[in-house]
Amino acid sequence: MPSNPDLLKLIFGRLSLDSFPYHEPILVVTFIGVVLGGLAVLGAITYFGKWTYLWQEWITSVDHKKIGVMYIILGLIMLLRGFSDALMMRAQQAMAFGDSQGFLPPHHYDQVFTAHGVIMIFFAAMPFVTGLMNFVVPLQIGARDVSFPYLNNFSFWMTAAGAIIIMISLFVGEFAKTGWLAYPPLSDISHSPGVGVDYYIWGLQIAGLGTLLSGVNLIATIVKMRAPGMSMMKMPVFTWTALCTNVLIVAAFPVLTAVLVLLSLDRYVGTHFFTNDMGGNVMMYINLIWIWGHPEVYILILPCFGVFSEIVATFCGKRLFGYSSMVYATVVITILSYLVWLHHFFTMGSGASVNSFFGITTMIISIPTGAKMFNWLFTMYKGRIRFEVPMLWTIGFMLTFVIGGMTGVLLAVPPADFVLHNSLFLIAHFHNVIIGGVVFGVFAGITYWFPKAFGFKLDPFWGKMSFWFWFIGFYFAFMPLYVLGLMGVTRRLNHFDDPSLQIWFVIAAFGAVLIACGIGSFVIQLVVSVMRRDKLRDETGDPWHGRTLEWSTSSPPPEYNYAFTPVVYDHDAWWDMKQRGFVRPTEGFKSIHMPKGTGTGAIIAALAVALGFGMVWHMWWLAILAFVGMIAVAIGHSFNYDRDFHIPAEEVIETEEARTKLLAKQA
Amino acid sequence: MIGALGAQCGYCCFVCKWSRPETGQKIKRMSSKLSRGLLIAPLLLLLNGCNLVVMHPSGDVAVQQRDLIIVSSILMLIIIIPVMALTVFFAWKYRQSNKDAEYEPDWHHSTRLEVIIWSAPLLIIIALGAITWVSTHALDPYRPLARLDEARPVTQEMKPLTVEVVSMNWKWLFIYPELGIATVNELAAPIDVPINFKITSSSIMNSFYIPALAGQIYSMAGMETKLHAVINKEGVYKGFSANYSGAGFSDMHFKFHGMKQADFDNWVAKVKSDGEGDLGRAQYLDLAKPTTAEPVHYYSHVDPELFNAVVNMCVDTSKMCMNEMMMIDAKGGHMSHGEHSGMEAPMEGMSHDAMSHGDHAAESEPMAGMNHDGHAAPGEPMADMPENGSDAAKP
Repeated sequence: MPSNPDLLKLIFGRLSLDSFPYHEPILVVTFIGVVLGGLAVLGAITYFGKWTYLWQEWITSVDHKKIGVMYIILGLIMLLRGFSDALMMRAQQAMAFGDSQGFLPPHHYDQVFTAHGVIMIFFAAMPFVTGLMNFVVPLQIGARDVSFPYLNNFSFWMTAAGAIIIMISLFVGEFAKTGWLAYPPLSDISHSPGVGVDYYIWGLQIAGLGTLLSGVNLIATIVKMRAPGMSMMKMPVFTWTALCTNVLIVAAFPVLTAVLVLLSLDRYVGTHFFTNDMGGNVMMYINLIWIWGHPEVYILILPCFGVFSEIVATFCGKRLFGYSSMVYATVVITILSYLVWLHHFFTMGSGASVNSFFGITTMIISIPTGAKMFNWLFTMYKGRIRFEVPMLWTIGFMLTFVIGGMTGVLLAVPPADFVLHNSLFLIAHFHNVIIGGVVFGVFAGITYWFPKAFGFKLDPFWGKMSFWFWFIGFYFAFMPLYVLGLMGVTRRLNHFDDPSLQIWFVIAAFGAVLIACGIGSFVIQLVVSVMRRDKLRDETGDPWHGRTLEWSTSSPPPEYNYAFTPVVYDHDAWWDMKQRGFVRPTEGFKSIHMPKGTGTGAIIAALAVALGFGMVWHMWWLAILAFVGMIAVAIGHSFNYDRDFHIPAEEVIETEEARTKLLAKQA
Repeated sequence: MIGALGAQCGYCCFVCKWSRPETGQKIKRMSSKLSRGLLIAPLLLLLNGCNLVVMHPSGDVAVQQRDLIIVSSILMLIIIIPVMALTVFFAWKYRQSNKDAEYEPDWHHSTRLEVIIWSAPLLIIIALGAITWVSTHALDPYRPLARLDEARPVTQEMKPLTVEVVSMNWKWLFIYPELGIATVNELAAPIDVPINFKITSSSIMNSFYIPALAGQIYSMAGMETKLHAVINKEGVYKGFSANYSGAGFSDMHFKFHGMKQADFDNWVAKVKSDGEGDLGRAQYLDLAKPTTAEPVHYYSHVDPELFNAVVNMCVDTSKMCMNEMMMIDAKGGHMSHGEHSGMEAPMEGMSHDAMSHGDHAAESEPMAGMNHDGHAAPGEPMADMPENGSDAAKP
């Protein structure tokens, strides 16, 4: 072992033995669990000889359906991580009263709430909605894949790389202690000299690149690859919301990238964009991050609005009420979401006219959102409602989301915000819309499209258990926080003096336990459904009596989605086809031109993890090597002309005949 | 669930009863209602009886903010309650098993309904928007108070109390420039006297918030924010930072005492007699070092230039004041370094009365902070010119 400190510093940068939190029992136990679990998974893959399968069929796959599924799996894993942070926070706040300091000192607690926010938004919610869009949109518009299949694979792996960097921070070094938006001056180098903020920056930068490229990809797909006859105003509502979401992504994520670059420059090379002195201005950061941050919440919720629109029409057996107004409402929300960012900091001292302008634009968003709510409501009116699990999530959403919407408009009134800002009322509000809207929407969407992806439905009993635990758990966990906010309790505290507050935190912790049961039920649901898959099998491809094109193909769809590109004449194309007595073609199949898988995306993303790790720990040699490697692999990939192949006609005929037989058996 | 909450709230009020005997009567009234078995009404009332300080403030500004919360909520409930009720009703009525319900699978448009579903929220938002515009201007924290409470307007004769607030890691420094005293982690003010807070930070951004008194405002280094408020009832209230600022954040709270004028005068005398002595630049730099759960302590005398130096980040005299730097920049950046001597002149020797407050303000105000030249820089909230003259300096 060389003892020369300069040499060690050159090799390891800031990394030393002290960087490993072996003195933190919680982390050590977690680490052992992760290692054992990881070894078990790796061992199982090796034992069953699945490495080649995994590499060829999943990791290098450019099939939008598989990439969509991988996004959802990533989201689920990160949801578990983010939720365990939530449980720790709830436990800490329920315990730490008076003389009791709880079990998390500020050093640890501050990382936990930062990680919870970052992980839930960037690595749970974002992969969930991106995964749903990836899986559903090409099917819904009658396409065979996205516009840029390789880019899609690359985007996914960059998102995963960001998640890996964040996860590394759990065991090597520490995570940011700044809150999920890392406001300077707290996040600048003089106040946060450790590696936490750097993990934050590089995790988000790498994942953000993936998100941005995936946005470009889906916009191009929706604009250019719709089936003949599907004009913009005949697109399914989910596709519309996906289009608007990706427009938001493409317009907003570069702002995040830029503001994080500026923060990195402050931290790495000593510039003064956001420092207190030398002409820096923290208000600039706060404006910029929210110019990204507010559209971000619509990036999350809009696709979920789309999910609910599809589900409500399907399970009411009725065409969606007010399609045009639904579309216009979505577009209006998209535009308005750029005009409201300042409502996140009315308390920063802007003038009354500025504050009222942004308050009123915020309220205006509630008009199209309200119109959407009424459209769902009147879709139910004179419908024939089947209370399958996706519909339960939808009704749960409608009842819960309006409360969050109301408290949101309340917070948009600047003088009211002055007394509620940063309080637990605010926390309750945004969990009310994110859980009631995004989480319910994602679970509804997963349950709804699961049979399309895997050919069998999810077990309804455990689905209902999951719904009711989440629904009731939400109210127990967050209604007390509204009350605490009105008691003037602010967020991010890890210790309280006033014993009268404790009971509310205990109720909230109980709610969190109920939500844990909801997540547990969902996991059990997956396991039970796989075990009972023969009973839950869907052989028609249309298990819910669906309305949009994805239900016209088999479940799971063949690699090429559609043997013949469908032709669209009306809204709800598949419903229309069924009404008109559509007969599925059984001959005339031709060979199909398809994109070929590539490992480039996964390799570049792996190098990106090394780049991020090197930058975080100031291991400059590693960062430089990784960066050069990324460029070299990217250039190398541009010489790869072996990018496509044809599925031979015989194979298509074979696949389609199997489906013909299956359908005949059904009839 | 509501029942459980009601029971919990009962517990909560039990605690209130111990801590706030004056609300006992109210609680007794509400407890009897609870015993009558009503569910939602007693829940709301019990919540009212609890220490819901935001809904039961003691300062006129916070009272108006509370009223705004109630009015806005009622306005929105006009839409929210029917939507929730209809959701449940439609879900029940049009369930699949109810074969009597109408079923019109192709009914998907009604111009009349569309007009209603767009215009009903629109009308509510027009009303709420109007309220927002008016109330945001009326309750602008930068605007000097117009009234002490509903009945009493502020008159020319009333002399406001100025308090300079500095958030530090992790404690609060309060300077009373007119009284020449300073306190750490304890704030007091006479009731029914307008208070002008001038707020800045020594390093990290915090938010100065006393829920019973008025809404919060951020404190930022190198900048001065303002808050105008008045406390109408005697009492001891909680104050704290409402913006996370690092490891010692949870203990960054203080007591705010609303006192009768005579009690306040006694308190000032106590601060002067118990005080540690001078709060000059050296003591300030010492105090600014990070500490957690700093105990209350007093300073019997304060350097009158200190706050201005804090805002301009030049308490350490080796650093150039930001207002000077900006002046040099404004002139093209060619002033030689030796010329920036203005802020270094020791002021400790000068008695506070010798320097009229008006001159002090005129000299320091336009320079306070770094973005306050009246032009909004890109990305920064537009400077809105309020009616209060020199108070235009705002971020």
